[in-house]
Amino acid sequence: MKSAVIVFPGSNCDRDLAVALELVTGRKPAMVWHREAELPDGIDFIGVPGGFSYGDYLRSGAMAARSPVMRAVKDAADRGVPVVGICNGFQVLTEAGLLPGALMRNAGLSFVCRPVRLRVENSQSLFTSAYDSGEEIVFPVAHHDGNYQADEAILEVLESEGRIAFRYLEECNGSARNIAGILNSAGNVLGLMPHPERVVEPAHGGTDGRRLFEGLLEMVS
Amino acid sequence: MKARVFITLKSGVLDPQGKAIHHALEGLGFSGVNDVRAGKLIELDLKEGTSDAQIEDMCRKLLANTVIENFRIERMETA
Repeated sequence: MKSAVIVFPGSNCDRDLAVALELVTGRKPAMVWHREAELPDGIDFIGVPGGFSYGDYLRSGAMAARSPVMRAVKDAADRGVPVVGICNGFQVLTEAGLLPGALMRNAGLSFVCRPVRLRVENSQSLFTSAYDSGEEIVFPVAHHDGNYQADEAILEVLESEGRIAFRYLEECNGSARNIAGILNSAGNVLGLMPHPERVVEPAHGGTDGRRLFEGLLEMVS
Repeated sequence: MKARVFITLKSGVLDPQGKAIHHALEGLGFSGVNDVRAGKLIELDLKEGTSDAQIEDMCRKLLANTVIENFRIERMETA
């Protein structure tokens, strides 16, 4: 699997994601700077990493979503290339219109940084096939703007189409319906606030995130 | 010419920052504040002749996230 990790000024989980991808796929991902208008040829997975792109100016993810590389990411997503946005990456994907809704300031106003329990709601997706449906897993979160909100009609569609990939099993940030991660309608774009790339080796204190990348690798190859 | 863009959260959208400001005002002894909503003000210095439609386009494409925010444009008279 040939993957790309997008790098914005202020990204800070790009290397973590690259390390996790190399560990699982055996190949170093291409690191693609935000000013690039094109992705390298033959990319079959794109990761939009966590961090504080453009210093969270205006709104988290707002500036990054309008950067040149995101047009290329959008085109690739339209062609069916799998895309995962983690944390700030999730914010970027909603701002870019690749996923519905918005991520607002945490309801408790505090930055939340701790491991959280999640439930895998849909194990049929490109990204969750290595998990069991309803399985409980633990990923760390580290964010200030993770409060997922969308209007009722959109939330109903997400529920009925099985597009809620992960849900928090404990109070985290005030997200509507405890949503931690969602899929687009085609099922090839996932956005989630928790960090699977931070739990891929026993030394990380857990390995629950590893199967996200392993499942994806199996589905892509 | 100059224009101001006021960006506010749509009604019904929870505003945790407004809530915190409200609590802080009460903590300072200001009673009688029913509600607080926080927003943003963006001032634009524009080429003469920029149309309302162009400013609105800027709001929709970048300045506001219309999923959760409303915007209002106010042109400022220049002498």
